[in-house]
Amino acid sequence: MDFTASLAQIKPKLGCLPENLATIEENIVRARKEGSDLVVFPELALTGYFLKDLVPDIAISLDSPEISRLKKLSKDIAISVGFVESTSDYRFFNSSLFLDKGEIVHVHRKVYLPTYGLFDEQRYMARGDRFRAFDSRFGRIGMLICEDLWHLSAPYILAMQGATTIVCLSSSPGRGLTDDEWLGSTIAWQRLNATTATFLNARVLYCNRVGYEDGINFWGGSEAVGPCGTSLSRAKLLEEDFVTAVIKESELRRERILAPLMRDENLPLTLRELQLIESERGRT
Amino acid sequence: MSRLLVNTKLLRKILVDFIREEVCKTGVTKGVLGLSGGIDSALVAFLAAEALGPENVHAVCMPYRTSNPESEAHARIVADACGVHYSVVPITPMVDAYFEMFPDTDNMRRGNKMARERMTILFDHSALHGALVLGTSNKTELLLGYGTLYGDMASALNPIGDLYKTQIWQLSEEMEVPREVIDKKPSADLWAGQTDEQELGFTYREVDELMYRMVDLRMTDEELVREGFPTEFTAKIRERIKNSHFKRRLPIIAKVSNRTIDRDFRYSRDWGK
Repeated sequence: MDFTASLAQIKPKLGCLPENLATIEENIVRARKEGSDLVVFPELALTGYFLKDLVPDIAISLDSPEISRLKKLSKDIAISVGFVESTSDYRFFNSSLFLDKGEIVHVHRKVYLPTYGLFDEQRYMARGDRFRAFDSRFGRIGMLICEDLWHLSAPYILAMQGATTIVCLSSSPGRGLTDDEWLGSTIAWQRLNATTATFLNARVLYCNRVGYEDGINFWGGSEAVGPCGTSLSRAKLLEEDFVTAVIKESELRRERILAPLMRDENLPLTLRELQLIESERGRT
Repeated sequence: MSRLLVNTKLLRKILVDFIREEVCKTGVTKGVLGLSGGIDSALVAFLAAEALGPENVHAVCMPYRTSNPESEAHARIVADACGVHYSVVPITPMVDAYFEMFPDTDNMRRGNKMARERMTILFDHSALHGALVLGTSNKTELLLGYGTLYGDMASALNPIGDLYKTQIWQLSEEMEVPREVIDKKPSADLWAGQTDEQELGFTYREVDELMYRMVDLRMTDEELVREGFPTEFTAKIRERIKNSHFKRRLPIIAKVSNRTIDRDFRYSRDWGK
């Protein structure tokens, strides 16, 4: 089916759950008013990014009042939003929710927690252990969080499960200034989103945040990318923004007929080769 | 070919937004900075004026009796050009009163004392105006340790600390910093005729090209030789960066508890903002 997706490019406050929840709520109301079927927020939209030792203090469980509130807000609009999830055994995950019809449809726990350069996620958070696509009224969806998308296997696994839309929540720091028109991180992400969409004949809904934390900027530039890799709608760089795109079933159909890459993908061969690699590892 | 060319329009936006957001999220709307008459502080004045509005920026020129009079004249030209508040607080009485007690001091001690005297004035003006102190140290001098710890290196936030001097020149062109300030030879202005490049023994452009490859691109010594940098120069700069590293860190703390500040008690400064 055709659907309308909004990307809410917000500026979360670091460690301020109530304020961020209020901002998220305002954007949900706006998306609903504008007739959107789905609104996507950035990674860790509820908490801010460079949390460090704040992680245990701002982590919430799936039955927390904040999540209950978000569930209520999803009665007539689907919502995808990032937060820190705490479990009963005191692990903390960089998680994203997909909510619809007042219920949690899916939870994704970020698998690839970057701990290099300016990143230090795995010091503070536990690692997710699966990529699972899920059914929604917009077709099959796969959710990823930021760094996950930089691992080819992640969107591939989701596509093999039949996902036709990849929702990617992000908190990407802006860096790599040269004489190019955009920052290095902007150029890399735009290439990644377009390539992922093209390789997998799938749409990519990428929502990044803006604002500064301890001098580090988040560059925004959220975008909806069609299954042929072209950007359907792109948010401003380095500014709060709210963009909406109409995601058309006909475009997906056309692309999948034109270049049936997913139909032709040889999963058993890939599996066989990967198993061979795994079995040969450690022999040398 | 320089690898240091940057998109100055994009850089301007990032730094202006940085000042506005990082100042205002503390609940303050104003900035204060020392204006030396040189290009670094001139650039910060222009950036701050754009970010906070010139009426919310206080520039203080703090000359010593041996400072080149041209410096103060240039500071005034900069303040007029970007429209910020401007005042002059000479440091001669305080610095001379101190050195009357220690007459036999060398240039380094005198220079450091002056830099720290200026720092105390800026932080006092921070309280006076309810304004945050904006840093004016660039990446070149921070890496080389060419600055005074708790002196000119002290600030609440620094918009230009990730820019090499070569990039300071580029952005100053974009911001239309007065021509005479862009064109003059960089100087710490501690004594008459002093220039940075003479004192350092190499030019900023040379060392910036080297440090960009060494620090940002993490090139090995072999690669740097292939890029045309003499081995002795590379070794000298590596040593300078290493030996001045203490200036870029907070004081180290003897650990006895389970949670020591900055070691295993880690929070962003923007905690709750």
